[in-house]
This record gives sequence, C-alpha cells and structure tokens, in this order.
Amino acid sequence: MSDPIVNLDLARELGLQEDEYNRILELLGRTPTYTELGIFSVMWSEHCSYKNSILQIKTLPRSGGRLLVSAGEENAGLVDIGDGLAVAFKIESHNHPSAVEPYQGAATGVGGILRDIFTMGARPIAALNSLRFGNITPIGDNGSSDGKLERTKYLFKNVVKGIGDYGNCFGVPTVSGEIYFDESYTDNPLVNAMAVGIVEIGEVASATAKGEGNPVFIVGSSTGRDGIHGATFASEEISEKSESKRPSVQVGDPFTEKLLLEASIELIKSGVVVGMQDMGAAGITCSTSEMSAKGKSGMKINLDLVPVREEKMSAYEIMLSESQERMLVVIEKGKEDIAFDIFKKWDLHCVEVGEVINDTNIKITYKGKQEADVPADPLVLGGGAPVYVREAKEPAYLKDIKNIDYNSLKEPEDLNEILIRLLSSPNITNKKWVYEQYDTQVRTNTVILPGGDASVVRVKGTNKALSMKTDCNGRYVYLNPYKGGLIAVCESARNVVCTGAEPLAITNCLNFGNPYKPEVYYQFKEAIRGIGDACRTLDTPVTGGNVSFYNESPDYAVYPTPVIGMMGLIEDVKHLTTSYFKDEGDVIALIGKDVKEFDGLGGSEFIKLIHGKVAGDAPDIDPSYENRLYDATLEMIKAGFIKSAHDISDGGFAVALAESCLMNRNNPVGCSVNINYNTRKDFELFNEAQSRIIISLRKEDEDKCREICTKHEIGFENIGNIGGDKLMINKDINLNLETLIDAYYNSIQRIMETNESKIN
Amino acid sequence: MRRKLSKAKFGVIVFPGSNCDHDAYHSLKHLLCQDTKFLWHKESSIGDRNVIIVPGGFSYGDYLRCGAIARFSNIMKDVVRHANEGGTVIGICNGFQILCEAGLLPGALIRNINLKFVCKNVPLTIENKKNIFTALYNGTKEISLPVAHAEGNYLCDEDTLKSLEDYEQIVFRYKDNPNGSMANIAGIMNKKGNVLGMMPHPERACEEIVRGTDGRKLFESVIQSLN
Repeated sequence: MSDPIVNLDLARELGLQEDEYNRILELLGRTPTYTELGIFSVMWSEHCSYKNSILQIKTLPRSGGRLLVSAGEENAGLVDIGDGLAVAFKIESHNHPSAVEPYQGAATGVGGILRDIFTMGARPIAALNSLRFGNITPIGDNGSSDGKLERTKYLFKNVVKGIGDYGNCFGVPTVSGEIYFDESYTDNPLVNAMAVGIVEIGEVASATAKGEGNPVFIVGSSTGRDGIHGATFASEEISEKSESKRPSVQVGDPFTEKLLLEASIELIKSGVVVGMQDMGAAGITCSTSEMSAKGKSGMKINLDLVPVREEKMSAYEIMLSESQERMLVVIEKGKEDIAFDIFKKWDLHCVEVGEVINDTNIKITYKGKQEADVPADPLVLGGGAPVYVREAKEPAYLKDIKNIDYNSLKEPEDLNEILIRLLSSPNITNKKWVYEQYDTQVRTNTVILPGGDASVVRVKGTNKALSMKTDCNGRYVYLNPYKGGLIAVCESARNVVCTGAEPLAITNCLNFGNPYKPEVYYQFKEAIRGIGDACRTLDTPVTGGNVSFYNESPDYAVYPTPVIGMMGLIEDVKHLTTSYFKDEGDVIALIGKDVKEFDGLGGSEFIKLIHGKVAGDAPDIDPSYENRLYDATLEMIKAGFIKSAHDISDGGFAVALAESCLMNRNNPVGCSVNINYNTRKDFELFNEAQSRIIISLRKEDEDKCREICTKHEIGFENIGNIGGDKLMINKDINLNLETLIDAYYNSIQRIMETNESKIN
Repeated sequence: MRRKLSKAKFGVIVFPGSNCDHDAYHSLKHLLCQDTKFLWHKESSIGDRNVIIVPGGFSYGDYLRCGAIARFSNIMKDVVRHANEGGTVIGICNGFQILCEAGLLPGALIRNINLKFVCKNVPLTIENKKNIFTALYNGTKEISLPVAHAEGNYLCDEDTLKSLEDYEQIVFRYKDNPNGSMANIAGIMNKKGNVLGMMPHPERACEEIVRGTDGRKLFESVIQSLN
C-alpha cells in the first residue's frame, strides 16, 4: 500500500490547521512526505506542543524552594529532600483513552507516568490518581438516565481495575487519590495518574541526545500498531465518532514495565547513559525530536532495525506508534556491551537503531528510502512549535449563577438524616471499595494508608517521610475559576499539613474544555492565576504537569478541573499525625478562621445533594491565612500536642467530625461537641468554608495549643470531648456509630454491587 | 544489643515480576538482622541458603495462570530438591501459588470469589502452633496481617481437605474470609512440616510503623528452629 498524497486536506484530517501546514511547507522548503506530515501533526498537537497553554503555564512559579530541576526541563520535576535524595513526581491525564476503553486507558495512563519517573533514574515509590465520572446514583438533571448510570458504573469499575492491575503488577503502591461524581463528567471522565519516585542526587538521567557518533537504542517492548495518533485523539473533543478511536488506545503490559524499570535503573547506575527518554505520546517521533532538540544535535534512525510486533508496518506507523513500555536511550560509544548485558539479563529488547549526528535534523530511513528529514527544534515545545495567544471572555453563566437566595432554601427538619445522606454520597463516602483493589502497601513504606487527609510513604534509610495528596473541587472552579484555583492548592497543602508535613511543591493536571472557546479559556486563565498566586504565597513551586484540553462532549464541557498533586515532607516520622480520634476524654478543638454568613455554601455538597443546586460563589480563601494555619498546626504537631488533625472540606464541619470518629475502621469512637450557631443550623453544620481543621489533644495540652494558635493569629475553640459510641453535636445530631459506619463504609459497594449476580 | 549469631541463611528468590522480594529482604535483613541474599531465577543452585522465601508479585507477568511459568524456572528445580530433603521453604502470596504449581503443596489458588484484587489487613487464627513456622506464637490466638492478591481463593478436592485437616496442615485460617477460600484456609504446610504457603504477608508486618509486628514471630520461629 502506498502512502496517501500529502496536501492541505490530509493535513487537516490529521488535526493540523491551514497556517500550520503552510509553516511546514516553509520550514522544509518542500511538500512533506506522509511520514513527515504525521510527525508534525503529532508534535504540534495540543497534547505534545502545549501550543494553547504554554503562555499561561509560564506564569506559574516554576523555580525556587527546594526545586532542583525546573518545570519542563526534564520528564518530571525534582525536589531536594535532604540526605542526598530528591523526589521526582508528576501527574498526567489519560482522559480520552479512558472514555472509550476504560481499562486499558487507565492502565496505560499509570504506565506512562511511571516511565516518566524512572526514565530519570528515580525508583517509583508511590502512585496516586484523581478521577472524575458522571453520577452513579440518580441525581441531577442530565446524565442520570439508566443507560448513562450503567455506562458510568462500567467506566468507574474498569478504570479502577485498570489502575489497580497495572500498579499492582508493577509493584508500586497506589496510596492516594480522589474521586468525584458529577453529571458534567458523564461522557468525558477524567483519569489523571500521578507517580512519585526517589533518586540519589547525582544519579539522575537526562532526556538528551548528544555526542556525535553515540549510538541510539530502542529498549523494552517491540513496536506495534497500537496507539497510533493517540496524541491527536487527546487533542479533540469526545463525540459519537470517538468509539471508532478505540484502536488509538494503547495496550498496557505492566510486567514488561517492571522489567524495564529494573533494567533502566541498572543501566543508569552503570554510568553509560548519555540520555534517556520514555516513549509516551507520539512514540519514536517525540523521543527522537525532544532528545535531539535538548542536546542540540541531530539523529539518524534506521526504522528497519526497530523490533516490530506486526508485519508490513509503514514508516508512518512505526514513527507514530504509541506502543507502551519502550525507551529511547543514547549510550556512550564503545560501551554498548554493558547495555546489551543488562537488557539480556532482563530478557528485553535492546537494539541499536541509529546514532547521534552533528546536525539539526532527524533523518529517518526505512527500506532504503529516506522517509523523513526534519529539523528537531521546530517540532518541540520550547523550540519552534507553535505558540498561540487565545481569546478569553468571562462566561455569561458566572453572573447568573452567583444569584442564590440561601434563606429561601427550605430548612431541613431532621439534620441527622442530612448527615447520613452526605456520608453516603459517593463524593464524600469512604472509597475503600476502590482502594482495597489497589496494593497500597507493597515495598513496605506506606505508613498512612488511603482514607485520611493525605497518604504518607516513609523513605527507608532516613527518618523522613513524604506526604502526598491529589485535590481539586471542580464545582468551586466552575463557580469561581480564580478562587477555585487558590482552593485546590490550599486544600491539598492543608491535607499534607494535617499529617505533619511541610508542603514542598506541586504538580498539576489542568483538565479543561476546548481552548478555542473564549469562555473555556477564561476559566483556564483564571484558574492558573489562582494556582500561581497560591503557590507563590505558600512557597510551593510547580514542578511540572500536564494540560488536557478538549474535555467536552457535544452537549457540555466538564467542570474546569485543575487537579493539584501536592508533595509534603515530614522531617521525622515521629511527627506522623493521623486524622482519627484516639482516646476517650481527649479534647476536640476547632482551629482556623471564623466563618462569615453563607461562606462555604456555594458549590457545597450539601447544596447540591439536598437542594439540587450548583450556585453561589466558591468559598472564601486567603492563602496568607492558610500559611499561618499551617505554621500553627505544624508547631503543635512537632511539640507533640496534637493527637489527630483533620481538614474540614466536602460536607463541612459535621462530616469532618464524623470522619474523625470513623476513620480508624477497627476502632471507631464517638464524641460529644457543642458549637455556637451564628447562622442557620444546617448552614453551620454543612458549609464548606475553608481554613479550618479539627484537632484532638490531651486536656493538659489545651492551654499550650491555644497559645500557639493565638500567636499565629488563628482561632482556637474547645468544642467538646472524645468518648462514647455516639456522635453528638448540640441537640441536633445524635447518631450511633453503627449507623454512621454503615453509611460511610458501605455506600459505594451497595451502589456498585447491587446488580452484580451473587456468586455464592 | 548484639544478637547471637544465627544459623539461618535466607535466600529470597527473584523472578522477573517479583515485587515483594524487597519487602521480604528488608524485613529479614534490616529488621530481623539475618544473613539474607537474593537468588536470581536463572541460577541453578540455592547455594548455601537454608531458608528459601518464594516472594509475592507477578512472576513472569502471571498472564497465563499464577505461578504456572515460575515453577519451570531454573532455580525452582533446586528449591524442590531442597524441600524434598527437608529444607525450609516459605511461599508468600505469589510464592504460595508457585509452590502449589510446583507440587510442593496440595491444591490450587483460583480467582477471588468477587473477582477483585483485595488489599487490606485481615484477622487470622493460628490453627497449628506445633511447627517450625508458628512455634513462637504461643499464647496468641489471633493475628492481623495484610493480604494483597487477586487469586487467593484456595481450592482442593474433598480428600485433600480431609487430609489437610487430619494431619493438621492448615496453619492459618481467615476469620473473615476475603476471597472465598475453602475452609477459610489462609496458609497450609506440607505433611513433613518444612514447606509453608500462605496468602497473607507476614513480611509486610514486621515493624510497628508499617502494619504492626504480627508477622515477625513467623520468621523468628523459623530462625529458632535452625539454632
């Protein structure tokens, strides 16, 4: 079969625009070959080029703090944690593949991000995720028909299985995550995967190609037809045609990835690696061009040498395949045997396919024919790839949606019932149905398991531990993109602080709709402004991340969802703090800010679940107040005063209090508290006002804690005591632990397994 | 405190796809301070090792049937010899599956009854304490260990089960069966009492900060049996 004729129509079909096609003609001084057109189309796709986002991303603080490698310079950012070690971490989306093939889409999302980490020489120590689906229970106006519910359950179940199967087999603990269900994600679920690795400073491999004559190797799996144009698929909206893109979804092989990890780390430690990059989006095309551009070299590649798993593949297909579990490695000339031996030990391919040349171009030959001869630099982000300024316009909905008369909402008679409904809500209820399908413990480092504020992984050989969390409330960002961005950062920081960690740095995964729509672009720009402002105030630079646009179906865009992956450092594991109540008689205190009337109602789970509305403004947030809250909390933790700390978030005060009673699944304990009502009872109990933490402490430490909070100018209020087998708040909430446990721990299982045939 | 010199020499087998090899190595080497080495699957001898740990993970990917390929590996021939000569062998999780495939233990482990991977701490009863694996659990009725598997549902025929019961080969049972195992079996040993297979992970429960220390005594019992 011969290649199709290259012209503007074909370029358009591959996702290029007219002016982009004209630039290619200009750059090459001729019509590109079909293979070259394919190379440009994937490299200039949104997914690889960040052409519509990079100008905004550059406004984020991308250096400072303990950052060793600035964002975008390598596959993942690196943060110094002392003891000669650095932590590498990054989050990435795999939304569109997961929308059409949830199991493989999610699995390869995990695989891709793990490779980003170990291609730098870092051994993965933890995996996290952030997931969004449509509703799995009938609620809201759209996306709730039976067919949609079943489809969503299918997506949810298989995404979880895909994440679990890949991480479990690979041998990395999946330690933390977050899941929200909302109708805006019905057709376009979000699947963001994050990986964290540890590397000795000085043993970091770079993604570069240099040194004329140095051989270029492809290692790992062979190349097949899977995933061709995956990057382009990620750069368009989900539609009825998307189902036909199933072949664009890659197929994961975690076993090979595990071998590739071990072999890659051995190879890097052997000292023969000049540069190394994993093959993710756009496969050989992306790795050859990015490494060449970074090393200011060219590369000569002979595709006849690439191990393939299918017959009669064309040059175009080999260049664009996104087959998983492959790496491109440049080795020091003369030391090839060391590489061969290592990969032979692990029974993996290690094939020399070309060499670094003193040139600006990538030269691809196949079956004796020159298939491509293109300059590397214009292909890549930060080089000559297109950069666009997009128009932003405040969305019309933002004005209308602010108008909500909270007082007109009917006051519920039974607050106990409301609390049970909130604790049973899929957005709030415990996710053990999910995380018990993940190996959360392999490598015996997970010291705080999923289910608390953040998860904690200790670093063997040191006293340190890393606290990590993914977070974003898309509803807040929808109601107020700027504040939503601020909150996403602050809330994830608060989560790691509650475990005893100092927030270090973030990675982000920015999930938005079509950037060519000015209203979407406004959300994007404003959310980034919020993230940037929060990160500057908290001194948590952005180590890198990923942008995912086009999260739309024909009917609607997803809520703007900039997911934050926060990394915190616990200097000494003796400061580890969990979120559950421990001992009867301990004092319970509410620390943080005073809540103004109606603050925290907009976008709350209470208003959505009970009153069916997403309206109002996002909660108020002041990052400098947050800083003081963290300082006070950490000071109390380090002094050994705090026995538990739990952030108030979704569901508000009453839910957070219930969670502190229940989170030690084997040893739940009741409590009795009294609070002052400054507003309606239901508003007081269920608002999601920020900057508040519920702590517990020994009676004798109360004065010292109050002093510390006063010093940092944050509120401290003794609200009651731990004890008994009931949760009691004033005279309004009175529930026994058994009822609460059933609502909190069994709801997802009930939803997911009611229709499954019983096997017993 | 200096420990007296132990005669135990642990060998932790590394198959491609093993991933609890490091869990076992860390616990034995750094927490129990034992002479511990990895044994690569391509080697043909276990050398001077006298306790063999067949660790958890996904040997050779386990895309076929768990442990079905691992049993044919080079090193397993010598492990079988070692076991037949009365040497100590412990298979944990994937290791248990491999020992069943290799014929060192009866029965098989099939998909969990709910078809899902399960990872959590589970309470276990110790059914037999008169053996080299659990002797030091004297006075302990119940322990809690993590499980992490998709194929831990123990299955054997009626005669085998009766024989396991008669010869007191059932070492651990689940109190709250997480996978559908026959007779709530979590761990069994061979008739001679030198080969143990179990789905729960004692090597993941050897220090207070990580899932408690209920697994320690299993290894300490083995160490004591050799000294």
